[in-house]
Amino acid sequence: MSAALSPLLEINELVVHFKVYGGVLKVLDGVQFKVYAGEKVGLVGETGCGKTTTMKAILRILPMPPAHLPRGEIFFKGEDLLKMRSSQLSRVRGRGISMIFQDPTAALNPVFTVGQQLEPVIRYALPANRNLSREQIRQKAVIPLKEVALADPERLLDSYPVQLSGGMRQRVCIGMALATDPELLIADEPGTSLDVTIQDQVLRLLHDLVENKSTSVILITHTLGVVRQMTDRVYVMYAGNMVEVAPTKKLFANPRHPYTQGLMQAVPKLTGGGIAAGIPGRLPSYLNPPTGCRFHTRCPHVMDICHREKPPFFKVEADHEVACFLYDQNAQAPPKEASPS
Amino acid sequence: MSDDILVVCDLKKHFVVGHLGLVNREPITVKAVDGVSFGVREGETLGLVGESGSGKSTIAYMTVGMYQPSSGAMSFKGRDLFVNGPKRPLALRKEIQIVFQDPGSSLNPRRTIQQILELPLRLHQPSKDPLEEVVRLLDMVELPPEYMQKYPQMLSGGEKQIVASARALATNPSLVILDEPTSALDVSVQGKIINLLIRLQREFNLTYLFITHDLSLMRNVASRVAIMYLGKICEIAETSEFFSRPQHPYTQMLLSSIPVVSEEEERARPAKVISTGEIPSPVNVPPGCSFHLRCPYVMEVCKQVDPGMISISEGHTVRCHLFTEAGQ
Amino acid sequence: MAELADVRRDAPTTFTVQQIKQLQRESRRENLGRAWYKFSRNVLSVVGLTTVVLLTLLAMFAPFVAPYPKHAGPFTDFANAKIPPSWEHPFGTDQIGRDILSRSIFGLGSSLLMGVVVLALVVPPGVLLGLVAGYFQGTWTDTLIMRTTDIFLAVPPLVLALAVASVLEPNLFNGMLAVSLMWWPWYTRLVYGLASVLRNEYFVTAAEITGASTAHILFREILPNTLSPIFTKMSLDMAWVIIIGSMLSFVGLGEQPPKPSLGTMVADGARYLPDQWWIAIFPALTIVVVVLGFNLLGDGLRDMLAAEGV
Repeated sequence: MSAALSPLLEINELVVHFKVYGGVLKVLDGVQFKVYAGEKVGLVGETGCGKTTTMKAILRILPMPPAHLPRGEIFFKGEDLLKMRSSQLSRVRGRGISMIFQDPTAALNPVFTVGQQLEPVIRYALPANRNLSREQIRQKAVIPLKEVALADPERLLDSYPVQLSGGMRQRVCIGMALATDPELLIADEPGTSLDVTIQDQVLRLLHDLVENKSTSVILITHTLGVVRQMTDRVYVMYAGNMVEVAPTKKLFANPRHPYTQGLMQAVPKLTGGGIAAGIPGRLPSYLNPPTGCRFHTRCPHVMDICHREKPPFFKVEADHEVACFLYDQNAQAPPKEASPS
Repeated sequence: MSDDILVVCDLKKHFVVGHLGLVNREPITVKAVDGVSFGVREGETLGLVGESGSGKSTIAYMTVGMYQPSSGAMSFKGRDLFVNGPKRPLALRKEIQIVFQDPGSSLNPRRTIQQILELPLRLHQPSKDPLEEVVRLLDMVELPPEYMQKYPQMLSGGEKQIVASARALATNPSLVILDEPTSALDVSVQGKIINLLIRLQREFNLTYLFITHDLSLMRNVASRVAIMYLGKICEIAETSEFFSRPQHPYTQMLLSSIPVVSEEEERARPAKVISTGEIPSPVNVPPGCSFHLRCPYVMEVCKQVDPGMISISEGHTVRCHLFTEAGQ
Repeated sequence: MAELADVRRDAPTTFTVQQIKQLQRESRRENLGRAWYKFSRNVLSVVGLTTVVLLTLLAMFAPFVAPYPKHAGPFTDFANAKIPPSWEHPFGTDQIGRDILSRSIFGLGSSLLMGVVVLALVVPPGVLLGLVAGYFQGTWTDTLIMRTTDIFLAVPPLVLALAVASVLEPNLFNGMLAVSLMWWPWYTRLVYGLASVLRNEYFVTAAEITGASTAHILFREILPNTLSPIFTKMSLDMAWVIIIGSMLSFVGLGEQPPKPSLGTMVADGARYLPDQWWIAIFPALTIVVVVLGFNLLGDGLRDMLAAEGV
């Protein structure tokens, strides 16, 4: 990853609010996020922390009432996606940026065959294919299915999703997403609904595919083990803010943010050691979020300033940043060394 | 074993899901559970591991009375569980309870927590004041009493599972089946639930049948582990033995596939066994050893003869021809 | 998700019955507030609600509100017949000299009454049959109930109503009976579909495992989850019953003259179109307004009772 190159995707100070009964849910609170070409970035966080909201904001698929975006910019290859008109957006969606969802069964339409869902993607995503005959499109449709290692792709094109297993459906979704050669793939919990051995196969496949095509990937998950296996760099998210970002190896060897440390400790280990108590408390309400740092109500190292001000990113190393006042070089207290799990 | 609270003997459950052909009408059977035998000691936590189609949930549902077995027997504290068929007596129902996997659908969204917890109390302890008992139950699981008139959708996933656990414990059972209790929850909440369950186990001398696919969790929770594949048990052992010396190729495959978070754990795993192919459905159970289609060590005998459970050391049994005489 | 601070274990664990009741009242209030918020987001739903409430009040207090209550009975005044809409008679008078506004208000009353009575007759048995058939899906009970339902549904509704109404003496009550006989299967069908899916939910299984009685499962576990489609359908059905009732009285099989009925008024007034248009049009408009009101109310109810979700 070269800092000199500009990022493929850059999110700046993104704020997203939802209007509901009782007030406004201030979900995203100034999200910063960068993805460079060819890298695999993980986004880790609990259910409800805002990961999916951020991704939906990128693709502009948030339901606009009740959601609204008071501030923020999302740059993709230099253009602000939030300011684009829908005609321009349709160039980006599916072609520049593609997405795989968590539940492949819900992502595929049960009343259409795989071919009926894949062929339009091939036809409309690439302008060169607009005027090809049905036969030609069908031949092209076989290619992504072969790439995702599905046996007998011809027969698969005529099968209905219900005839396929969970792993096969997920592969079909991956094939569809990569059929258009996107520059950025967003994968939202791609293995969660699958069995362990199948999840392993699917993740390996994804890994190989993006390596070959040098597609950038944003991998969203709440499973730390998957992130460790699959990504180059990781963002940790909590309650609508990014709290830590580092190359994967460094994050796992030495997590700095108290939340990240809490998460690492909470994961049960194959080598034994019992079950940790987890992080006390629960995710704060978005209606009345805590002042200052949103994690301060649950933080074992909370200080005065945490109640008052929201911490910006502090660099602990050139590529490892933490949004926590413990790491403020200008403050008196020395930063606490994390205890590796 | 004399202190086995639950004894399962050659249990089978076959579902007929359709018929083949117009004339012969051959039944299409799903052999969900195909000859399972094990015992559960009082006070222990027996872990049951397996992927889809392994039959672990079917065993759980039979234990709790949802299904009747096709053949075989299951006895609880010496009493045959299925002697009355589907009409299991209340006294027996009280003893065996279950916590389901999906907290979202195991609590009725149109009933308050109070109403949900009152049902088992009314049925099994009619002499006590339900309101007081509900408060006591909530206190036992460390939830504030105000939660009584909340509806399930106002609770977080973790809290819903806590309520589901309280509901299971309301009848004062001896055996509780935990069907993937934390699979739908985040790891930060998981610890709270599991620790609560462990504390309650100690306090009330409960026996747990713990079903999960998360082997790292299993390692820290179960005292013994049984792994299932296509309706049969492949291996049972004490936990530390299971994880340090797994013998069955499927066990090794599973252990090597799980994502871990540290170098230490990587080293503790068996060498990588690449899993190929899909998980076959229990409709098409192959002859011989049900795992032979995916097994890296497959031999001729595996394709024809099903190995029985072989004991390889104290408390450690494996179903694999690598350990039978025929396989040597 | 409601927000609650992390309560420590040393919080008071003994709650008096008073305190519990207080908390219950507060939460009920909050639920009502949230329900109203969902309902009122669409202006038209509020319009529908207002319309229905106003019309109901109007009908209930008809003898006091109608300017010429006597015109709703046997009354003739040929000197003042066929007067177009004016200050004394905002809807005009009909061919016998009766005030159409007053008669419309009374006619509205009998239409609404028919709606209420029919639904009261139809909903409880229809829902009960649907619950039982749905819960015991696949058994003989299911087959028996649903095939009976199918038979009733197979007969064209108006034909059935007409057949029944013509066999019996024509009056308002028998008209209601006729409509009821062809209405109940729809509720059975609706609830059957819902119940047969709901019975596979884990919370029903949990109740079965604990040993709950079938009655408890049907009425306490399954029924509450079917209420929102039922209520929505009921309010839309009010509109339909009123129309069907009007059709029946249009052909002479409902409320008999001289008691006013909107359908009969339209029928009688039809021959005076287009010159004395008001004799038919105003009763027809009354039907339109009340039907529209119930439709809008029904839409609003559906929004209000829909599941939560951002």
